[in-house]
Amino acid sequence: MNLVKLTAVEQLEGLRSGAFTSVELTQAHLDRIASVDGVVHAFLHVNASGALATAAEVDRKRAAGETLPALAGLPIAVKDNLTTIDEPTTAGSKILEGWVPPYDSTVVSKLRAEMMPILGKTNLDEFAMGSTTQFSAYGPTSNPWSLDRIPGGSGGGSAAAVGAYMAPLAIGSDTGGSIRYPAAMTGTVGTKPTYGAVSRYGLIALGSSLDQIGPVARNVQDAALLHDVIAGHDERDSTSLPEDLGSMVAAASNGSLAGVKVGVIKELSGSGFQAGISARFQESLELLKAAGAEIVEVSCPSFQYAIAAYYLILPAEASSNLAKFDSVRFGMRVTPEGNPTIERVMAATREAGFGPEVKRRIILGTYALSSGYYDDYYGSAQKVRTLIQRDFDAAFAKADVLVSPTAPTTAFKLGEKIEDPLAMYLNDIATIPANLAGIPGLSLPNGLADEDGLPSSIQLLAPARADQRLYSVGAVLEKAHENVWGKRMIDFAPEVKAGA
Amino acid sequence: MSEITPEVVRHLAGLARIDVTDAEVDRFTEQLGLIVDSAATLKAAVAGDVPATSHPIPMKNVYREDVVLESLSQEAALSGSADSESGRFRVAAILDEE
Repeated sequence: MNLVKLTAVEQLEGLRSGAFTSVELTQAHLDRIASVDGVVHAFLHVNASGALATAAEVDRKRAAGETLPALAGLPIAVKDNLTTIDEPTTAGSKILEGWVPPYDSTVVSKLRAEMMPILGKTNLDEFAMGSTTQFSAYGPTSNPWSLDRIPGGSGGGSAAAVGAYMAPLAIGSDTGGSIRYPAAMTGTVGTKPTYGAVSRYGLIALGSSLDQIGPVARNVQDAALLHDVIAGHDERDSTSLPEDLGSMVAAASNGSLAGVKVGVIKELSGSGFQAGISARFQESLELLKAAGAEIVEVSCPSFQYAIAAYYLILPAEASSNLAKFDSVRFGMRVTPEGNPTIERVMAATREAGFGPEVKRRIILGTYALSSGYYDDYYGSAQKVRTLIQRDFDAAFAKADVLVSPTAPTTAFKLGEKIEDPLAMYLNDIATIPANLAGIPGLSLPNGLADEDGLPSSIQLLAPARADQRLYSVGAVLEKAHENVWGKRMIDFAPEVKAGA
Repeated sequence: MSEITPEVVRHLAGLARIDVTDAEVDRFTEQLGLIVDSAATLKAAVAGDVPATSHPIPMKNVYREDVVLESLSQEAALSGSADSESGRFRVAAILDEE
């Protein structure tokens, strides 16, 4: 039996029934990493001994008949912008090379409490700024479907690790699409929960009014399992929602579309979307209708301003958040010749430690926040945010969930668009509105585009706090797809050739 | 036409405490100019009376009881620093000699 090809649910069943141990399961994933990550480069750091120690502890407790948490023994990968007390945390930046945090993020604490072996830390665009993983200071990650293509970003490492069977589950973070867009590129499932549903304590902040941590998986039920483990109030995060949003596993298990209104966002279709993606999207609308849903069209006219608003709000917040990388408390310190002042040390350190996209966004954010321009740029962007929320309010008055393609194109070649930020920013055209409004979104594999045979994807959106709807609708659509295809979409992926 | 000039980029980089090379100044001037131009459409979009949204999910001030909780030891807090002395972060001079 090839353990790594099992779903997370099946792996847990195998652990409970004694078909295999957690040490065997964890070792199988470590072996898979050793075999294919040389070409995929999903991991920045692998912690084999730590993962195996947790696995051995789970096996010992299970053998002794002790009660174990629900996901005990199931391995997981974590995006490298969440702090881990025993492993380096770089956020994909040279400025944090070699830094070992003195504390665990809340989400990592929850994974440890759940006794999930943490396999390692996954690659990302530097400080999660990017949509391709090419802005990682440690080199890009490859798409498991086609190694010369982007896996999406910023969480390309987590998506590729799960997509290439190096981990059954992974943690991602989504500021403008960094969970959903890589899911779309790699044929995996990724969820951005409602803003505040998952604690961000210990997440290296990018855009504080936008960031949200969420699950990365190969199917809806597996994503729900992880979602339920990481969600919940945390008094260490002042933006953490106080209320319980319910069980995503229950929602995924009891999926039904009877009487559900599905809104198609007019502005996120047609021109600008690859033909093969649009074709698969239309087919999914038919499947949803056949499963009992009513399809309605909704219009969100202010979405045309979403990218421009996002690229003022996000850089403004990022330039403030990244001020902490000043050579004093952690990370790199570069001391110029002579007898420099601390200001000179800071400027030399930040020049050497930050990559091009990070510098671009910090400088842009500094501009957006500067006196004289603040009202025109940052102020206007915050007002556009209100308009986008109003668009969503009006749309959700007509529909229970909204749908669009997750991404306008399939995965493009590594190296494309890298010197053209505006073209690059369009990758997130369908994902950014949800971050601006704080609502939850899930990206689901949606068949292969005819032109290139690469994954396309559908995005489900729900009102704030209604995350369960994503899983109940997502589970039904996933099942309908499998009935049509005769297998899961990920099963169409070519085998990753080690050493290719 | 954008108001982003090489002088503006140098000034902003200085405010952000990032040394930039001449090549970076040229590249960022062009790229930031395009981004800022594309943002100019926003002002017209919100010409009416639209309130600003700074936070997507409104929350009131969040308080907790004022009790001492476990926190990092001084040693742990200093562990990531490039240089420390006597339980403090050690840095270069703050003021120039002149």
